[in-house]
Amino acid sequence: MNYRTRLLHDGRDRDPYTGASSIPIYQASTFSQPDPEHPGLYDYARSGNPTREALEETIAALEGGAVGLAFASGMAAISSVLMVFQPGDHIVATNDVYGGTYRALTTLFRRWNLEHTFVDMTDLEKVEAAIRPNTRALFAETPANPLLQITDLKAVAELAASRGLLSIVDNTFMSPYLQRPIEYGFDIVVHSATKFIGGHSDVLAGLVVIKDADMGRRIRAIQNTFGAVLGPQDCWLTLRGLRTLGVRMDAQQKSAGEIALWLKQCAHIKSVFYPGLPDHPGRAIHERQADGYGAVISFEVDGGGPATLALLKKVKLPLVAVSLGGVETILSYPARMSHAAMPPSERNARGITDGLLRLSVGLEHPDDLIADFDQALART
Amino acid sequence: MAKPKSIETLLAQAGARRDPHTGALSTPIYQTASFAHAELGLSTGYDYSRTSNPTRHALEEALTEAEGGARACAFASGLAAIDALLRLFQPGDRLIVTEDLYGGTFRLFEQCARPFGLEAIYVDTSDTDAVRHAFAQCGAKGLFVESPTNPLLKVADLPALAELARKHNAVFIVDNTFLTPFLQKPLALGAHLTTYSATKYLAGHNDVVAGAVVAATPELGEKIAFYQNAVGGILGPMDCWLTLRGLKTLPLRLQRQQDNALRIAQWLNEHPRVPRVYYPGLSAHPGHHILLRDGIGFGGMIAFEVDEPARVPAILKNVQTFLFAESLGGVESLITYPLVQTHADMDAALLQRLNINDRLLRLSVGIEHVDDLIADLESLL
Repeated sequence: MNYRTRLLHDGRDRDPYTGASSIPIYQASTFSQPDPEHPGLYDYARSGNPTREALEETIAALEGGAVGLAFASGMAAISSVLMVFQPGDHIVATNDVYGGTYRALTTLFRRWNLEHTFVDMTDLEKVEAAIRPNTRALFAETPANPLLQITDLKAVAELAASRGLLSIVDNTFMSPYLQRPIEYGFDIVVHSATKFIGGHSDVLAGLVVIKDADMGRRIRAIQNTFGAVLGPQDCWLTLRGLRTLGVRMDAQQKSAGEIALWLKQCAHIKSVFYPGLPDHPGRAIHERQADGYGAVISFEVDGGGPATLALLKKVKLPLVAVSLGGVETILSYPARMSHAAMPPSERNARGITDGLLRLSVGLEHPDDLIADFDQALART
Repeated sequence: MAKPKSIETLLAQAGARRDPHTGALSTPIYQTASFAHAELGLSTGYDYSRTSNPTRHALEEALTEAEGGARACAFASGLAAIDALLRLFQPGDRLIVTEDLYGGTFRLFEQCARPFGLEAIYVDTSDTDAVRHAFAQCGAKGLFVESPTNPLLKVADLPALAELARKHNAVFIVDNTFLTPFLQKPLALGAHLTTYSATKYLAGHNDVVAGAVVAATPELGEKIAFYQNAVGGILGPMDCWLTLRGLKTLPLRLQRQQDNALRIAQWLNEHPRVPRVYYPGLSAHPGHHILLRDGIGFGGMIAFEVDEPARVPAILKNVQTFLFAESLGGVESLITYPLVQTHADMDAALLQRLNINDRLLRLSVGIEHVDDLIADLESLL
């Protein structure tokens, strides 16, 4: 079945009892038990809620895993996954891991003695070299944030499998519509569903899909024990967002492609990072493992900090904000937002300069966005 | 036969036990427009949410039970509910209507119903003789009564009016927004239909706009449901759920509001700068004995006059605990200036006759501690 169709009908697409075309919002904390000796399907909403279950079944089907789980945020999802490890375990994570994941690994889980090494995951030899006897998992992100480097999913999954490691990937930038890492052998996929899956900048949500049923049960037990579950209203909004994921992503990445090409020929833009550009490193790998290039672009403004701040003040259409993946175009300034806590030398070494901007292209007409950037970049 | 459940019990469990498949204690919010059919001619009982929706159904059944009626219908607002009621009548029909009517209902009668040939005859419905006289004069097909009225809390003798309506074969409708089924059950007193702005006490949290009609008989209920579906002024699932959630605490809220209101009314009654207090819980109020006789409460609304109109702007500006706002029935106490706010559109002669003057203020008493409310009024007066 075409994936656009699956987005509407995979998992649970209607209420089994009334036929309601939209899954009911079970805003209930508990469920009565008519027969105390035989527990019903649901007992307490942290353990299971029909609205959340519909979302969880749907995302599991869409990513092709055995178990789907919904959490209160992307970070709740990632942190709950990291809870499967033991003190003394070691994780190899990509250099360009999302800032929140970086903070969780370097502060919170560090205190629990979960060790980590950051490596350039586009270079498999470096990944292999970082593996230690106590390494338990590889944690990837592709395309990476904010420079959109491409990691070879199949190669990383194979490496993990050959060394008995769990492979975990953050699939937020692509969503299952464009990339399904479990098909390439990954064990666990995490999402900030706040981004493209929810898609309307109106809900915080995290999703996890686990390939294997046993591992799925372990993480489900963590979800119930830790309790960072997604509320019914937010589950419903996320399900609602999933229905238009295909059409939104199609439109957003089409615009992103046009804007990336336009930026590339702009006088005051030093470089443009977008997997759809012919010279983007890793483009061939990306085309092999993904069905599109996504809607996130980053670019470097000529003139460093002052020119970049001037541009941010002059743009009218994009919302200058953190986050991405919404129907509105969002322009972020990594040096001052997502990577503000990183020392400038470290930042610059990673290519996150004072001139770098990240653009999450929304549903506005691309001509209007280009005209807006054109006026904002005009220098007198 | 088992003793009928009290309204506190019915309302505390409103919407519970409605989802046999999951046992969810809280009715699910069916935020859906449509329902899939298993096959041709095989409906789950729900087809399209304008016609019926499980969440709305839960609210409607709770209201039916609370009121002891045959059927209830939930609407998008109190006025949408009254609009459905007016469709029971034909062009050329006349209705006897309480003269000090809520302004929005007055506008509905005059600007929406009158152009279609429905005529409202305004009468002091707290005067049973005046209603009897009006029936004799105009041969009305309907009687639409608010009791207690807004803002002067005039009380109608509902059983006596029901007798008159029956004699003249007229449909008797009571707007029971102020007292709710917790304090007054007009259907038990002989009314055919009750109507509510559920925005007020029923939902009770100033967070939802909603209306309802409860019918005494299945026949009338079916007619109202027909107009609900045909005209379409339904209440959405989320708002139904919020109203249902509000209903669970209605008896607690209104009991506290009524207790507070009585204390405040007694306090105002003693105050030298308050020449007049309107509250049916005061024994001097002309409707006191009627509400007492019918075994019901007095509600949480008070009106009072201050001695000097010049005092009003300062009071409204300096209130601390009360909020200066329109609406009523919520958990927060509100103070309103009827002449300028709720009754601005009313004819000057009628305002004068009703004593709605530039010294009159209205209180919707909330569930705050009564000492704080009295302290606020004390500092203002």
